[in-house]
Amino acid sequence: MTAIDSLYVSNIQERVIRLGKATRELDVSEVTKAVRQMCISANYNVPEGSILALKKALETEESSVGKEVLARILENHKIAREECLAACQDTGVAMVFIEVGQNVKLIGGELYDAINEGVRQGYIDGYLRKSVVTDPLFERVNTGDNTPAFIYTDIVPGSDVKITVAAKGGGAENMSGLRMLTPAAGVEGIKKFVVEQVAEAGPNPCPPIVVGVGIGGTFDRVALLAKKALTRSVGSHNAHPMYAKLEAELLEEINKLGIGPQGFGGRTTALGVNIEFAPCHIASLPVAVNLNCHVGPHESVIL
Amino acid sequence: MDRVLETPLTADDINSLKLGDVVYIKGIVYTARDMAHMTVRDKLEKSQNLPVDFQGSAVFHAGPVVKKTHTGWELGVIGPTTSVRMEPYAEMVGKLGVKAIIGKGGMREGSRDAFQKYGQVYLQAAPGCAALLADGIEEIQEVHWFDLGMPEALWVLKARKFGPLVVTMDCRGGSIYEGIKSKAIKTIDALYQPA
Repeated sequence: MTAIDSLYVSNIQERVIRLGKATRELDVSEVTKAVRQMCISANYNVPEGSILALKKALETEESSVGKEVLARILENHKIAREECLAACQDTGVAMVFIEVGQNVKLIGGELYDAINEGVRQGYIDGYLRKSVVTDPLFERVNTGDNTPAFIYTDIVPGSDVKITVAAKGGGAENMSGLRMLTPAAGVEGIKKFVVEQVAEAGPNPCPPIVVGVGIGGTFDRVALLAKKALTRSVGSHNAHPMYAKLEAELLEEINKLGIGPQGFGGRTTALGVNIEFAPCHIASLPVAVNLNCHVGPHESVIL
Repeated sequence: MDRVLETPLTADDINSLKLGDVVYIKGIVYTARDMAHMTVRDKLEKSQNLPVDFQGSAVFHAGPVVKKTHTGWELGVIGPTTSVRMEPYAEMVGKLGVKAIIGKGGMREGSRDAFQKYGQVYLQAAPGCAALLADGIEEIQEVHWFDLGMPEALWVLKARKFGPLVVTMDCRGGSIYEGIKSKAIKTIDALYQPA
């Protein structure tokens, strides 16, 4: 065998080995099953992080009406969990974030069809409200099965598929905001925008709320960051210590607004502030705020 | 002792309500949100009849989850939607004779004026407590405009004891939302430098 021949053979061998090791087949019917299950489960079971934050708030709330409201919310969430009911009638649009490991080969059908089928089955079988219309302006006909899902896909290293389903209600979503700040605005500018957004929203997003904040990126990216921030548990912190500190400061300052549970006054306006950030242009400092109510259904699974 | 108001609601019922009062409703409650309000407006413009009588009624800004059964409809869960979206219809709703508007987040100046002019109140239902609120509804009597979609249809609910509901805007121009909002804005001015 010549040197060139042996190089050729070893290249082939290496490719075969790599393919054999790395490619993993995943039938998209598994995706359908997982999405169906998460749509139902997320809407029945308020996330543990939110429940813990509500219990803590019940201890720290000073307003008696606020305390009463928090107790009632906790009772509602318990009934929903025990009796398999949606905690809120607005079971939202189905946001589906899917991270596909680049070594995964999806088989058995189209990925997006499989996701939409999962949403369709979940919303029908779980008696969840169907809240999607075909056309935003002229027709506004309910699609009847809560499809299409709002899907974001990332290709990531590895052989796993991670799916996150977040049911996003309309009331809190309508209170979102985005501003293209410039670098001079700094931390103060970011804080002021976020807190103003919460004050302006007042009772509408169903306080106590969870505040998702995106900082950096571009006009489109910053909104997605704010939304993704809401898929993180209440009570978790950004891994970057400066952003974690900003989360804590914002939470404290928001809870000075006095909006309180249900907007009836009190210190528990927000249960948590989650920030996600990304690099941005030298001229920009984009900021976006996306709100969740105290129900804020979301769940993840790794296939 | 819980205070229960029975529909049809009277002018005396409404006059007696003060900000912060907690009440329950017994009797008929209509649901109506964006599309039902729009449909009422269209029908009135075309001088067509409405399927229900709004005199003395309680209208709930809500899109329920309803199951179809062999005999009719069964309520799953129900809760308030953001009322301010129905603000453009304040005058129309007042004229129709609606006495109590139930929702979340309150309404604006147009509604405050209408509440004084037509003798109406705004009642806030607990948002995000859909399982609890459904408990107070005895049955679904009928549905109109189902073609608008389940959440958007006009549902006629029979309430045994629907609530608790908090009087957050009264018929004298009072609103608990105003004070809370202006306080929040003052707090922001104190916390941060003006841009």
